[in-house]
Amino acid sequence: MHIPDGYLSPVTCAVLYAAAAPFWAIALNRVKKLLNTRLVPLLSVFAAFSFVIMMFNIPLPGGTTGHAAGIAIAAIVLGVWGSVLAISVALLIQALFFGDGGITAFAANSFNMAIVGSLVAGAVYRIVAGRAELASTRRVVAAGLAGYAAINAAAFCASIEFGIQPMLFQDASGAPLYAPYPLSIAVPAMMIGHLTIAGLAEMIVTAGVVAYIQRTDVSLLKLTAPDAPAANSVETPGWRSTKALWIGLAALMILTPLGLLAAGTAWGEWSAEDFADPAAREQIAAASLNQAAPTAPPEGLARLADIWTSPIPDYAPAFMNSPEFGYILSAMFGTGIIIAFFLLCSWIARIISGGRKISPTEDAN
Amino acid sequence: MDARFHRPKTQIKVIDNASRTNKFASKSRRKRGSFVERTLATLVSKTESALFAEQLAQADGFLQKLDPRVKIVGLLALILAATLARNIFTILFVFAVAVLLAVLSRVPIRTLATRAWLSALFFTGMIALPAIFLTTGDALLRLPLLDWTITAQGLTSAFYLISRVETTVTLSLLLVLCTLWTHVLKALRVLRVPVVFVVILGMTYRYIFVMLETAQNMFEARQSRLVGALGASESRRIAAASVGVLLSKSFYLNSEVYLAMQSRGFRGEVYTLDEFKMQRRDWFALTGFLSISLFAFWLGRQDSLATLLNFN
Repeated sequence: MHIPDGYLSPVTCAVLYAAAAPFWAIALNRVKKLLNTRLVPLLSVFAAFSFVIMMFNIPLPGGTTGHAAGIAIAAIVLGVWGSVLAISVALLIQALFFGDGGITAFAANSFNMAIVGSLVAGAVYRIVAGRAELASTRRVVAAGLAGYAAINAAAFCASIEFGIQPMLFQDASGAPLYAPYPLSIAVPAMMIGHLTIAGLAEMIVTAGVVAYIQRTDVSLLKLTAPDAPAANSVETPGWRSTKALWIGLAALMILTPLGLLAAGTAWGEWSAEDFADPAAREQIAAASLNQAAPTAPPEGLARLADIWTSPIPDYAPAFMNSPEFGYILSAMFGTGIIIAFFLLCSWIARIISGGRKISPTEDAN
Repeated sequence: MDARFHRPKTQIKVIDNASRTNKFASKSRRKRGSFVERTLATLVSKTESALFAEQLAQADGFLQKLDPRVKIVGLLALILAATLARNIFTILFVFAVAVLLAVLSRVPIRTLATRAWLSALFFTGMIALPAIFLTTGDALLRLPLLDWTITAQGLTSAFYLISRVETTVTLSLLLVLCTLWTHVLKALRVLRVPVVFVVILGMTYRYIFVMLETAQNMFEARQSRLVGALGASESRRIAAASVGVLLSKSFYLNSEVYLAMQSRGFRGEVYTLDEFKMQRRDWFALTGFLSISLFAFWLGRQDSLATLLNFN
């Protein structure tokens, strides 16, 4: 995610410096008021902390590893504005002294990770956690979601910055001067990696750290949740929180027929036949600001349509009489395939690494 | 105050040790040990590379002798010229200047190759490769089996990205390798970075090594008590708990540092000593840097050069 020099045009970098400057100024003012003379040591130590945890290898389900940026941890413990400053300082040190991330791209990196990341993390954490107790499981879930949202928001900003480069900056022959991919490629390419691996790493670390803080020093969570009731009953929070996620997943699967209530077909998910069907053409036009759809399906769509026919077309198997039931079954089947895929991956990874798994109790000795 | 004057004699040895441990670190990474081992290797190599930079910054070379302010302004001007260029010829010209500076400053080309060129080539190359097929433009070559077309514009844009990244990475690595970090900080004042930020940056840099060492000790302690491989969920628990422990430790450290600062009379105001003096050599170097950058800037605007070294 650290954008090096050369990917963004100097104009983009200048615009992002201008965009980041007011946030830095506000952050500095706010934090100064709050901390007074404590500002310097707190920010220094916390920036050093952020720098170091970016180097931790986080083992992910499926055998891969990822790195966490710790944006949401900073936003939860220091508050949004403290986090903006601490992460910016960590990024500047990385650019200046360790050569990670560009010097001209420093503002872009700060804007994406320190500013947008912290603001999103703070907002998500605050909304999801609400007024829950400091030691409640809900705060662990909120922290995980905040981490996931923050890193993806930052990646999305970066992908937009990449994606506008070829539109704006080309040389005399029309070759893109900087990042060469348009938005249609840059956004999915960035987001796939972050919605899965990087987002997962951030989620695991943020949720895990908040669960750990709840067990050891709950007062650290007090700053961003001043009106939360103090924990009086210690109800062993922590990794049990995944149970809540499983329950949520099950609930989502049961609620899937809601999808049947949505009118028309999803925008952009048209099939080649839809262009010939007058009812479907009307729906396309209504969903596309009254732009009439072409009478014939686009050539590329027609050519590619028959390459892959899915085993369960339109989410309802042919032998199923009730489309609602088929829809639920498809949801369960699809989720099952994804879970099974990850289980298979981790099983293969375990066989390849040949590691003997030991139980946590054995390890404790 | 200037560290150049009391340079210990044992430095060359330290460099040797650093590169040896680095090799060890990368070897253990290749072994693909547990996540504990891999994290340890990363932490160690980060410390080593910073140590190595500090050693090299005190060597006797062209860039090392310059006033840090001249160095920062000059190298930044070159980076800017490279990013502004609109033809590949200019980028290669700035790259040549960068390599010349490295040679004059006794930065081993091997260090540049391993720490900047290869990793940038690998990373950016992977990103740039699909662009040669995906960019629309004049067809150059059609791959026989896949029916993919390489376009001139695509090839040129991939070349732009790679050469630009290589050039700017080399220049910023030269800044890192040839300047003591304390000097970089002071020189930042010239660029109008607020004093508070400069002090925070300086303290952060110091505490990074405290934190790196703390984290390293934590993981070593864990590693020395491990028998057999760790399960995945247990690894994740340890990773999160380690971050949590480090967080508590950093808060503890923060209050200690704060008390120490207060006891020494810190009241929130920050003063730095500006003791750099521009010498004749520095003025020459500054003029040189700026005129080369301006020339590269002018050269980069020449669209007629776009056909030179481009693929169309």
